[in-house]
Amino acid sequence: MVRPENTLNRVVAVAKSWFSISPKWNKYLPERIIKTVLFLCSIVSIFTTIGIVSVLIFEAALFFQEVSIFEFLTGTKWTPLFASKRFGILPLVTGTLLTSVGAMFVALPLGLLSAIYLSEYAPDRLRRILKPILEVLAGVPTVVYGYFALLFVTPILRSIADQVSFVEISVFNGLSASIVMGIMILPMVSSLSEDAMRSAPRSLREGAYALGSTKLEVSTRVVIPAALSGIVAAFILSMSRAIGETMIVTVAAGQNPNFTLNPFVPIETMTAYIVQVSLGDTPTGTLAFKTIFAVGLSLFVITLAMNLFSQFIVRRFREVYE
Amino acid sequence: MAVISQGEFRRRMNRRKLEGHIFHALCLLAILIALSMLGALLLNIASEGIMRVNWSFITSFPSRHPEQAGIQAALLGSIYVVTLAGALAFIFGVGAAIYLEEYAARNWFARIIQINISNLAGVPSIVYGILGLEIFVRYLALGKSVIAGGLTLALLALPIVIIASEEAIRAVPSSIREGGYALGATRWQAIWNLVLPQAFPGILTGVILAVSRAIGETAPLIVMGALTFVPFAPDSPLSRFTVLPIQIFNWVSRPQEGFHQAAAAGIIVLLVLLLSMNAVAVLLRNKFQNRLEG
Repeated sequence: MVRPENTLNRVVAVAKSWFSISPKWNKYLPERIIKTVLFLCSIVSIFTTIGIVSVLIFEAALFFQEVSIFEFLTGTKWTPLFASKRFGILPLVTGTLLTSVGAMFVALPLGLLSAIYLSEYAPDRLRRILKPILEVLAGVPTVVYGYFALLFVTPILRSIADQVSFVEISVFNGLSASIVMGIMILPMVSSLSEDAMRSAPRSLREGAYALGSTKLEVSTRVVIPAALSGIVAAFILSMSRAIGETMIVTVAAGQNPNFTLNPFVPIETMTAYIVQVSLGDTPTGTLAFKTIFAVGLSLFVITLAMNLFSQFIVRRFREVYE
Repeated sequence: MAVISQGEFRRRMNRRKLEGHIFHALCLLAILIALSMLGALLLNIASEGIMRVNWSFITSFPSRHPEQAGIQAALLGSIYVVTLAGALAFIFGVGAAIYLEEYAARNWFARIIQINISNLAGVPSIVYGILGLEIFVRYLALGKSVIAGGLTLALLALPIVIIASEEAIRAVPSSIREGGYALGATRWQAIWNLVLPQAFPGILTGVILAVSRAIGETAPLIVMGALTFVPFAPDSPLSRFTVLPIQIFNWVSRPQEGFHQAAAAGIIVLLVLLLSMNAVAVLLRNKFQNRLEG
């Protein structure tokens, strides 16, 4: 039989042993407390992840009690805020795909060429000036890019289209958002690729030069293949960033969930939809409001999968040089 | 191996060199395009907005009349929210980094935390808004307040602070710690007196980086429920608020030309704020570095 005072003694003993591993326990007690506090700081990030995953899954589960997952994933009409509600996410997916792939069409060539220039061509002094300026582009708040896309790039595109008069471009369109988003993620592509290129060893380059290669041949046939895993990872990471980007597409691409890949008409991305609902007067707890959790969960899963994939590529395919 | 004549070699060599020059020009062009976009953006905003930036713009509240609209509420909201977020992210981020670098055993648990942090850094910011709405606004019943906004942005900034601080702490050579241990210092005494002063410039850079990201964030705060039209200054941690980027977004979305100018003026203030924060970071870093070396 366990007597209460025995239990108490045990607790006290355990507490004593926990706090004092040596006779000089008054010196080590603060150390232990500090260690515990620091440990608690480090698991905040774990709780953040648990919080994100459980909030999204719990609320999305409530949503999927009323809407079938099949309809959600395959439907081509998205009208949760209208009287006749349809819950097919595909229009938001095509909108997101259109703007993020479009952004990569801008960011990948420009970013890669900039990275080659910085890593292979630029003299050191020029590089030290150019790189921070390029990084300013990454530090500009996204709402500023939204302003730029809607009020600077779109009017230019529209006047060009007027003169060519073979397409008409709406005030809100995917094209302008894509171009500006491409400029926004360009520094990410270029600085990650440049890091990968610079980690290719000098001896490889010098070997190629010794065989009579030109700088172009060294860059494209030696440095890029050596850095390929890093470049691919940079590409995926930047694409994932573009998918999660919100303000540029909200401001410049419109709020019309069209099931289309036409870059000249208004569309809506997943992120822009979440903002639209948050700004509107949809009461919390309604089915229409719960859509943001289902859309948020989809967004989270897509970006997480891409981030994990890029980490996998770096680990699996990295060329290691001694 | 085929042997080619000298003339043929020279012809091919010239072609390869020409291709090289074209490629060089192409690379330079790419970087110039990127820089000219930055130039166009800044010039466009400056030319649209500079007329509207004056003292009354900074001290006025938003208005239905574009020429009277100002940013006082948004600016104060931004300062409160970001200060709170920065302070929290600094405390928890540096604490976490110290634990992970100095205390944690290199086991599966540390690896999970590490993977977790790098994935959190890649979560779209709007998802943090959903988290803030559910946890802080609803579950903890803080309302759509300054505190809830600060906590949301603190979570967003945390991974950046942790990663930067870890790098800064890792860069401190272990001989410094061992010197401390040899003199009888405890682990914490070595960290506090020897490691942290050395790592501080790097940590500071990370914190400023995280805060400059937080100050430009719009989407998470919109989702969390910050207002878009606030004709009052937030007066308590629980009062509702707006921030500068949301105010800018609100003005951009309106059709009137006058509000677009107000948006450009707001952007100028936001960029000046960002720039001065970064300048302070560089200055502080230089100062600390000099003191350590001198």
